Amino acid sequence: MKLLLKNASVINPEQNLNEKAFDIFIEDGIIKETGKNLQINSGDVKSIDLSGKIIAPGFIDIHVHLREPGREDEETVESGCNAAANGGFTAVACMPNTEPAIDSAEVVEFIKKQSLNHLVDVYPVAAASVGRKGEILSPMAELKDAGAVAFSDDGVAIKSSSLLKRALEYSLMFNLPIIEHCEDESLAGGAMNESINSTLLGLPAIPNVAEDLVVMRDILLAEYTGGRVHIAHISSANAVNMVREAKKKGIKVTAEVTPHHFTLTDDAVKTYDTNTKMNPPLRTRKDVDAIIEGLKDGTIDCIASDHAPHSVEEKEMEFEYAPNGIVGLETSVGLAFTELLHKKLLSLEELILKYAINPRKVLNLNIPMIQKGSPANLTILDADIVWTVDKTKFLSKSRNTPFHKKLLTGKAIGVINNCKMFFDGKFTSI
Amino acid sequence: MSLSSRHLLGLQGVPKEDIQLILDTAITFREVLERPIKRVPTLQGKTVVNLFYESSTRTRISFELAEKRLSADAINFAVSTSSVNKGESLKDTVRNIEAMKVDMVVIRHAAAGTPLMLTKLCDANIINAGDGIHEHPTQALLDMYSIREKLGRLEGLKVCIVGDIAHSRVALSNIFGLKTMGAKVSVCGPSTMIPKYIEELGVDVIYNIDEAIQENDVLNVLRIQLERKAREYFPSIREYAKYFGITSERLERNKKDILILHPGPINRGVELSSDVADGPYQIILQQVTNGVAVRMAVLYLLGTLN
Repeated sequence: MKLLLKNASVINPEQNLNEKAFDIFIEDGIIKETGKNLQINSGDVKSIDLSGKIIAPGFIDIHVHLREPGREDEETVESGCNAAANGGFTAVACMPNTEPAIDSAEVVEFIKKQSLNHLVDVYPVAAASVGRKGEILSPMAELKDAGAVAFSDDGVAIKSSSLLKRALEYSLMFNLPIIEHCEDESLAGGAMNESINSTLLGLPAIPNVAEDLVVMRDILLAEYTGGRVHIAHISSANAVNMVREAKKKGIKVTAEVTPHHFTLTDDAVKTYDTNTKMNPPLRTRKDVDAIIEGLKDGTIDCIASDHAPHSVEEKEMEFEYAPNGIVGLETSVGLAFTELLHKKLLSLEELILKYAINPRKVLNLNIPMIQKGSPANLTILDADIVWTVDKTKFLSKSRNTPFHKKLLTGKAIGVINNCKMFFDGKFTSI
Repeated sequence: MSLSSRHLLGLQGVPKEDIQLILDTAITFREVLERPIKRVPTLQGKTVVNLFYESSTRTRISFELAEKRLSADAINFAVSTSSVNKGESLKDTVRNIEAMKVDMVVIRHAAAGTPLMLTKLCDANIINAGDGIHEHPTQALLDMYSIREKLGRLEGLKVCIVGDIAHSRVALSNIFGLKTMGAKVSVCGPSTMIPKYIEELGVDVIYNIDEAIQENDVLNVLRIQLERKAREYFPSIREYAKYFGITSERLERNKKDILILHPGPINRGVELSSDVADGPYQIILQQVTNGVAVRMAVLYLLGTLN
């Protein structure tokens, strides 16, 4: 199969590529030629005119919950991958809080197997401790050999400082990061951020210092051990500042932020809509401003959605009883374009760094190149398309989003990877 | 005159005219309660469900009495377990109740925001009888009614709410209502029981109970909820009683005249000493009587809106 992508703006910061009206010729999933005005003298070439569109290295979302094994009613590896493709991602890293947890080679292999023939690559993040209980180190070497790309007890922080220290030391052997959900256990358990809004709404609250304490602990232990810590879904202004200072000192710490944490504040909770309930909770304007500053100056390396599918029944509960989290794969890019690119907070190149390049560096993954001989691993973007989020059209099995009916500008309109293309709402082999 | 909303979910954002209307209407019903036959036909044919997800004796009885005195059909629906434990979801329960063609739902629930949720699930008028640590609007209304009955006004009065402000729905509703009516509101309690951002609501924070007594016309003393997690917020009941408990000795030392309210039930010897609880400054039982009248006013005004 031969495919010619024509007249796109092609950008890959990793190879200093930034060309307008550029063509890419792909044959059997491999980039065969790139350049301006490519003339392919062959019959059966499918040609797509991408004037005004952008081609970037395939985007990766390094924080998603695929719910398989355990809650296949909410998401499966397959439906999650479909949602990822629809959202503009050619790869995801899935978190280990499944049932059973991803704490054995068998579960890693099972997830890899479930995604084997999909366009979207799935990189399992394994539990750092057996059963995510924070007691015994998981078999990290075996997990890595099976395909795990990082370790995390996500959902909670690694319980004790001693276990985190050991995990950081042990993972040094493989240069894989520990991904941390930073939250002090004894300060956790609230339903929203502690602020004037939690008082007005009468909801039990989580103070942002719950996050800050563990971010500080993790930074200090990363410094002490020389290990690598990746801060998941950073949400508080203090935490951003601490990561910035740590990076200046050369400590191996990276951070990601979710689109909802740079888009919404805890004002959104005023409706008691359970789709505004997540952990970490939506914070204040001051925190959002600090996050945007952190995105601009590189303190925050990646954008990741924390895609957390939940069943309708669970989310229709009373606010305090409903589970945390929202789906995010299919709104992530649209929100980033709307909130960051079009508000002139980040450039297109910077967005591509945070969606395609930096996250792969965090996980030691090869960065897709847009050059002759490389496998085609691409995300196609339309920065200017105006569209309305419609949760009923999601390919995810779940619908728990606070962004239903939100008007966005910009989205991913297609992805190519593993000899497959998702374009115009359809998967095809190329 | 009619209310501007068809539900009473809380007092946040409720206009002064509405509160005034409820308090004025309650005067009429208060008079009904003194008659030999304490029943009016105002809500005849209307059905009110008291949906109580949390145990409550006095609030439920007060509502039930108010409903019966207005000749409404009152049904009690006590749910011992909420959807989080087992059984039917709130949504299904409410839809079922609505299918029985009820006009109004009075809801008490341990989770904040549940009354608002109900307005989206059914067409009945919703009255919040206390949701989590959020609001308890009829309690605040009866408190304001009682203050006004005794002192003749609310505007310009200095009212201090004493106790566990952070975990009290009574406190929040009182703050909103009293501020709207022009009173000057302060809160007094152990600093662990004062919400971190409370001053943004325009209330003063006092940590010294003697100062609170000296500077205020009214003390609304909250129940220390020993059955909740409140116990973790101060070292001991003895210490609480010593530093925040109101005793007649303390009242006499600081001031001659003050009005003391308490939403009940009282922990005697903790937030109020027995001689204060039975003494000349308190209007605790008048509050209970006024509660029926105020709830009649709310039910009447909402039930006859259209």
